[in-house]
Amino acid sequence: MQNAILRKSHLNDFISKLAAMEKVMAPVAKGPKHFAFEEVKSAKEISLRYIPTILPPKKYFMPQHETLLEYDTREGQKMRAVAEVEKIVLFGVHTCDLAGIQCLNIVFSDRPKDLNYLIRKNKIAIIGIECNEYCDEHASCALMGNHIPKGGYDLFFTDLGDYFFIHVNTQLGEELLDKTGVYEKATIEHMNALEDLRNKKKEIFKNEVDVDKNTIPELFKKGFDSPIWDELGERCISCGNCTNVCPTCYCFDVYDDPDLGAKTGKRIRSLRKDRKRHRFNRKFRYPVERYGKFFCTGCGRCTRVCMAKINLKDTIKSLAKEYK
Amino acid sequence: MEKMSINRSAYRIKEAKILSVRRLTDSEKLFDIALQNGESLDYEPGQFAEVSIFGVGEAPISICSSPTKRGSFELCVRAVGDGRFTNAMHKLEAGDDVGIRGPFGVGFPVQLFEGNDLMLVAGGLGIAPLRSLINYVIDNRRDFGKVNILLGCKTPLNMLFGDEIESWQKRIDINFSCTVDRGAPDWKGNVGLITSLIPGVDLDPENTFAVVVGPPVMYKFVIKELTGKNIPDHRILVSLERHMKCGLGKCGHCQIHNIYCCQDGPVFFYDRIKDLKGAI
Repeated sequence: MQNAILRKSHLNDFISKLAAMEKVMAPVAKGPKHFAFEEVKSAKEISLRYIPTILPPKKYFMPQHETLLEYDTREGQKMRAVAEVEKIVLFGVHTCDLAGIQCLNIVFSDRPKDLNYLIRKNKIAIIGIECNEYCDEHASCALMGNHIPKGGYDLFFTDLGDYFFIHVNTQLGEELLDKTGVYEKATIEHMNALEDLRNKKKEIFKNEVDVDKNTIPELFKKGFDSPIWDELGERCISCGNCTNVCPTCYCFDVYDDPDLGAKTGKRIRSLRKDRKRHRFNRKFRYPVERYGKFFCTGCGRCTRVCMAKINLKDTIKSLAKEYK
Repeated sequence: MEKMSINRSAYRIKEAKILSVRRLTDSEKLFDIALQNGESLDYEPGQFAEVSIFGVGEAPISICSSPTKRGSFELCVRAVGDGRFTNAMHKLEAGDDVGIRGPFGVGFPVQLFEGNDLMLVAGGLGIAPLRSLINYVIDNRRDFGKVNILLGCKTPLNMLFGDEIESWQKRIDINFSCTVDRGAPDWKGNVGLITSLIPGVDLDPENTFAVVVGPPVMYKFVIKELTGKNIPDHRILVSLERHMKCGLGKCGHCQIHNIYCCQDGPVFFYDRIKDLKGAI
């Protein structure tokens, strides 16, 4: 697959043509430092320089509420297991959020498979975008190694001045690019420019907590009874913000939502909140044991939204200080 | 948003009908249930099913019959105070519809048990999942060595499966003892905690698997007695009760640290969970 470039002067053309064929979701400014993935029709609506959106793209993969089953008990017991799907193109997904989607993919394809998730996922095309510098001080993407792309996309855009370098990762990505028809083939100079940027990024993105990632699971094991958790527990008001905005929190409830008359209705799945220590362990320890993968992407959302100012980087730092 | 049918959905339920309902005590009823459409529930002793009543929801219930029973399976359900599901379940009668998902989880390792002596200990409602194993063992009796069964409950009135217990007591190939915490005028059996029965059992710790199922408080004391009899932790099995919701090891309700009761359990070797705080 040949890589491509897109002149910035053609970005609007690219988005408009894509939006004419597909439903395109991209980061849109909602206010100071607030961005959200929303449907767009043109490039003008998109904020390409954005700090992580309020909700991660998880909302398209695992909606806040979804129907799993529809039933009708008026005559016997009729039911239909359903999946709610929508064919969309996600444009402008940061590497931290690509990593988040990869985590969810692992959980829901682990047997027994969750077909509702898997069917929906396969309808979503993903176009990533590289962060050339930090979004803000809350990110810990370099610690988690998610400041550079590691797959999980169909196309991947890197801003290299007056053009985007496009890494074509899948057949679907190539087809999307072909349909818009506004790209040029990448040459060796473009490749070199990309390599220069990646080298420059090594100077910008440095481990934000000065703790070796590989020692973190053990740190959480040793620190299970640490007073740090008591302290956080006292501050945490269980508002659920952190789990809502986390790209990899996937705990959910299943319940019935009967219609008036109670004979028919739906069985719903909805996301739920979790407790602090358990939540941290579910990012930095348990999934490493179970899936060989950290479930923190370093996006920084939990710290940004915490009403009690619980800071993820500080928590890791204090644990490291106590148990090194 | 488009809605499409998925027949292989993990949330699709199997249609089932209640064949009969029998009241066991003031708070427990036994339901005999058969899947419809020619399906049968392929389960192991110790596994559980998610039982569905449309409009009310789902609840995880351990299957209390042995898979050697053909055609239908049994669930023992205790109606708990404000439990919406269990109270709704108690209102159901023979002929009513329910839905089933499962069976789920890891049951008792009956193949591993073969050729070994068994020490089966149940307290309270723990007899429900253990009854599945007991009847399986009785139906395959010659595959196992000595079989000891110890049963405990609060009072004679709380005793579940009284008629079956009588038949177990009469069998010559089982050593059965039971005790109640508080006796009653017509009670002629043991009175005292279940732990008091263990010292009297003669067992060969190297050739015995012990299974303990009961309320949380029971585990600690019973396991201590078993350890005192030199049964190693990896030959003790427990069944943990948690509120499993999805049954698929995903939703997080039944998670204890890094294990999911619904998929990794509910039956665990004691050495796997003994250091997990809050597990038992």
